[in-house]
Amino acid sequence: MNDLDIRKVIKEELNNIAPEIDLAGIDPAADLRESLDIDSMDFLNFITAIHHRLGVEIPELDYPKLVTLDGAVAYIAAKLGSRKT
Amino acid sequence: MPSLGADMEAGTLVEWLVKPGDRVKRGDIVAVVETQKGAIEIEIFEAGKIEQILVGLNSKVPVGTPLARIQTELEATLGTVAVAPPPPAAPPAAPPLMAVPVAPPPPPPPSPPQPVAPAGVARARVSPAARRLAEAHAIDLSTVTGSGPAGAIIHADVERRLGGAVAQAEKKRAPGLDLDAMRTAIAAAMARSKREIPHYYLEHQVDVTPCEQWLTQKNATRPPDQRLLLGALMIRSVALAARRFPAFNGFYRDGKFEPSRAVHVGVAIAIRGSGLTAPALHDADQIPLDELMTRMRDLVQRTRAGRIRGSELSDPTITVTSLGERGVDTLYGIIYPPQVAIAGFGKIATRPWVIDGAIGPRSVVSITLSADHRVSDGHAGALFLAEIGRLLQEPDKL
Repeated sequence: MNDLDIRKVIKEELNNIAPEIDLAGIDPAADLRESLDIDSMDFLNFITAIHHRLGVEIPELDYPKLVTLDGAVAYIAAKLGSRKT
Repeated sequence: MPSLGADMEAGTLVEWLVKPGDRVKRGDIVAVVETQKGAIEIEIFEAGKIEQILVGLNSKVPVGTPLARIQTELEATLGTVAVAPPPPAAPPAAPPLMAVPVAPPPPPPPSPPQPVAPAGVARARVSPAARRLAEAHAIDLSTVTGSGPAGAIIHADVERRLGGAVAQAEKKRAPGLDLDAMRTAIAAAMARSKREIPHYYLEHQVDVTPCEQWLTQKNATRPPDQRLLLGALMIRSVALAARRFPAFNGFYRDGKFEPSRAVHVGVAIAIRGSGLTAPALHDADQIPLDELMTRMRDLVQRTRAGRIRGSELSDPTITVTSLGERGVDTLYGIIYPPQVAIAGFGKIATRPWVIDGAIGPRSVVSITLSADHRVSDGHAGALFLAEIGRLLQEPDKL
């Protein structure tokens, strides 16, 4: 799974949480909680969905690494990469 | 048609989930009603068998209108037939009738008279043709104004009523959330609150570092779908305090306070695009904390998807509102009538705090209480608020 695929999965899951938001328009470096107006419950649902879909472990301590779109892609890519080796 | 809030006058039936002959038990979801607050799932309050559907799809009917006829288990054994109120005029030779509401009786209507037939019209005369037409279209005759001799309901009256229902059905939108209607509902409830309830406000700063540390430890070994949020601890602390201080848990109705033994915490849930609603998390003082969290998650998701249950809207006994990790330090809630209190949690901030004589960084939250001065005083409110703060110091006991 390359970065583009991961980005697509993330966007799909964000869309499930905030279907009324235009994801094409968001800044990939911006804090998703601000740009999508998502709260701690939404964010937990997002983490849960990513965990179920991609099987990556995301401890709570790592949440800050996933608050931007770019950050989430990099984090998940690293996790998936390290699992293969 | 149950009352799903003091401001609700009518609802539109948009989906039946049962049909005649189906067996139901208390708590089953039997229908979906569209109101200003979105599509609401209606639960049944009796066990038995659905005998007849009285309100057809896309019909808008006033609060209090029977939606279905149920044969309860007791009646099944007695061989009698249940009928929902109000009794039809001049009933045919019938077995003993027993009223079985599908929902708790609505509160007494507010002062302005409803634009429906005056009381007692159910006993007015109805022409056989009018009755047949009404039955064919599941029209409640008590909502039809008679224009015949001595106010009797004639065929044309039912036709007129039917025309209205059809016209309203055509205007119906897809079930779900209507933020404009929700805004109207918020406006009505909040205006009434500010008009009728003499609020007093208290604020208390509480160190929630123990909660954060406890959550970090708990969540470290849990998969995401079992993790707890601080919001669950907030709701729990308010629920436990409310059980200890009954003057903040219940309803103010008809000039007097009715404390509630059950603690159903209304959870204020913001909906993107400027919506807000506060459905109940039932028995928040009783259920295990993990279940409270699961139910809170379910409640938030269903609310944002526009699927709230009727009882969740109508029976919160106290409300909790929280701004979460963004926003401002303090919020002062407005009581949702007929409740008598709302607890508000601001943003958690790291602040210098004195513990054991030394200053250190702690996570501090401002908790406020807005309460009804007709029911309680600032002294009791202060004890209640302090109790919430005290409970949050021992998260493992929540």
